[in-house]
Amino acid sequence: MAPPMSLLRLTTAGSVDDGKSTLVGRLLQDTQSILVDQLAAVDRATRARGGVQLDLALLTDGLRAEREQGITIDVAYRYFATPTRKFVLADCPGHVQYTRNTVTGASTAELAVVLVDARNGLVEQTRRHLAVMAFLRVPHVMLAVNKMDLVDFDEPTFRGIESEFAAVAGSLGVPDVVTVPVSALHGDNIATRSARTPWYRGPTLLEHLEAVPAGREAVAEPMRFPVQLVLRPRTTEHPDYRGLAGQIASGVLAVGDDVIALPSGGSSTVTGIDTPDGPVLRATAGQSVTVLLTDEIDVGRGEVLARLEQQPRVVTELAADLCWLADRPLRPGARVLIKHGTRTVRAIVTALTGRLDLHTLHHTEPPASLELNEIGGALIRLAEPLAVDSYATDRHTGGFLVIDIADGNTLAAGLVGSRDAE
Amino acid sequence: MTAILTRIQRAQRGYPGTGDPAECGTSVDHLAALESEAVHIIREAVAEFDRPVLLFSGGKDSAVLLHLALRALQPAPLPFPLLHVDTGHNFPEVIAFRDRLVADLGLRLHVAAVQDWIDDGRLTERPDGTRNPLQTVPLLDTINEHRFDAVFGGARRDEDRARAKERIVSLRDAFGGWDPRRQRPELWSLYNGRHTAGEHVRVFPLSNWTELDIWHYIARRDVPVPDIYYAHQREVFARDGMWLTAGEWGGPRNGERIVTKSVRYRTVGDASCTGAVESTAVTIDEVLTEVATSRITERGATRADDRLSEAAMEDRKRDGYF
Repeated sequence: MAPPMSLLRLTTAGSVDDGKSTLVGRLLQDTQSILVDQLAAVDRATRARGGVQLDLALLTDGLRAEREQGITIDVAYRYFATPTRKFVLADCPGHVQYTRNTVTGASTAELAVVLVDARNGLVEQTRRHLAVMAFLRVPHVMLAVNKMDLVDFDEPTFRGIESEFAAVAGSLGVPDVVTVPVSALHGDNIATRSARTPWYRGPTLLEHLEAVPAGREAVAEPMRFPVQLVLRPRTTEHPDYRGLAGQIASGVLAVGDDVIALPSGGSSTVTGIDTPDGPVLRATAGQSVTVLLTDEIDVGRGEVLARLEQQPRVVTELAADLCWLADRPLRPGARVLIKHGTRTVRAIVTALTGRLDLHTLHHTEPPASLELNEIGGALIRLAEPLAVDSYATDRHTGGFLVIDIADGNTLAAGLVGSRDAE
Repeated sequence: MTAILTRIQRAQRGYPGTGDPAECGTSVDHLAALESEAVHIIREAVAEFDRPVLLFSGGKDSAVLLHLALRALQPAPLPFPLLHVDTGHNFPEVIAFRDRLVADLGLRLHVAAVQDWIDDGRLTERPDGTRNPLQTVPLLDTINEHRFDAVFGGARRDEDRARAKERIVSLRDAFGGWDPRRQRPELWSLYNGRHTAGEHVRVFPLSNWTELDIWHYIARRDVPVPDIYYAHQREVFARDGMWLTAGEWGGPRNGERIVTKSVRYRTVGDASCTGAVESTAVTIDEVLTEVATSRITERGATRADDRLSEAAMEDRKRDGYF
């Protein structure tokens, strides 16, 4: 039996009562991903809470506090598959700690499903959801216009929402938007084409999930190889082996490539690419490999290999957008750690340059502080240099964490700005 | 199994391969993507922590995890030991598998035996005789004793609702406890494992794998697993809708009748509360077909302790469980 062909990571975003839990439950159910004992457990839990209709939210709300309070607290990861594709779904709650969770889910997503209620159309939350997806450069966004059964599957209603969404998406620079009329409750256009939308010619939700290009879109980008660790077995069989272990962040690496290690600056040539199944001549973004170089240059964890002709910027000052995830606000002068790729450096946030307006993706005037769930521009001075790309050109080498020096907690998601911003 | 071990050893010795390089690495299908993700996570933990350890029960998930760790670091030898928290309620086949694997690969193994903790009074046997929940204290004591700071586990998010919400790199406080409300957001593939003295992290490289992925991977890479994962004739008795192995741990009791059935195990845990499923799957392809068409989850089918309450796993994890 052949396993599914590809892996797609996706995330969902919807306001409260848009039917997101029902949609996720429907996707799981229609792909035969909910098993009878899980369904029985949900049924027991529903009835224990006095419910009548099966509450599919209880399938994903796993924590005691979530069940007791009837809310979703944290991102839950769900898995389903079709014969051609496996899906990893980051299911993000719509209300509590909204931005923190959505940013987390969107950071790894290749596709986002944004949900609206057909009766309400686009609301304030929808614009925020879409802006966050645009901000984090999720490559594909689809809009599910849910509860179409409650508007009698009315085409003009759907078309109105579709064109408004397309306009908003266009203004935010989101490419490739697909809009689908669905009823998650009844299953219309989720896994099977609905007879009640004869006017709709596009794909079902699941068809689109199966058709979207999967895997790292980064193959066309400049090659980046953050070195995780140096493998030196020093065994009798491999006395002189010295391999650089890492996962190719983007682009294509090939034997014979002339590469430079940054920020240190030593250059060398790739003599071999090892995998546990033997050597290969080339490897692509997403693959974990071990790289052998001609010269004994001093390369260790924290260095990035790049092709000589396509180097990242080496900087000691960063202009970046920060999505602030901590309760304690960020003020200029804060001392933090920056974790970027395989390198962690000390840093000072020297200035806040603006707060991001999620309506327009434009920055407002410099704020005095950045509060929980706010996004803003910042200037950051680094104690040691980092080799970075702007997030706009490379999601995998343009993102970083801001970490609390004292307790080690993650304070912010950081996105390296473009060169123009500096 | 010896043949399979030899293949692994040959792969390790011969590495890097001697033949002509392949044009490109493993095609990037979903299993290759999951493998690369797991290898990346394992390498991150090895690079960032001083004293890692890998929890190894001899079950299929820990067997896959060990296989991935060997692949992630080869041709270098595994730089950290294995830890088995031994309930004493074992399947002999699994212990034999564990010992053969450790000896053949030259690995270091710590065993924390629940029985030792009972014998010296640090733990008390439960009225129901089940020892799965008793593993927490020996686990935490051993982590403290050896000052392990990164503990690899084979837990998967598809196993349980609480696990579905746990981070890949998950901070444990000085008491080993997990606080689901204070989890760090986990962004991109950047794992924040910073911790203070006394704290440690659990690292779950198989977070995004499902039971079916595990079996596809076992098939693709010839990962050795204990024979009891395949169908065999066994003396069992029925309790709570499961087939339990007859043995010295409380079974069969009054009225429970021993029968011989063709069964296999979907999970391997405390033998007193881990059930077998009726099966005729003796080959990997037959197991794959069975797993793909099963309508019951592996824990639902085989674990009595997870039926205790809706939040049984969360409660155990808060106390420091795997």
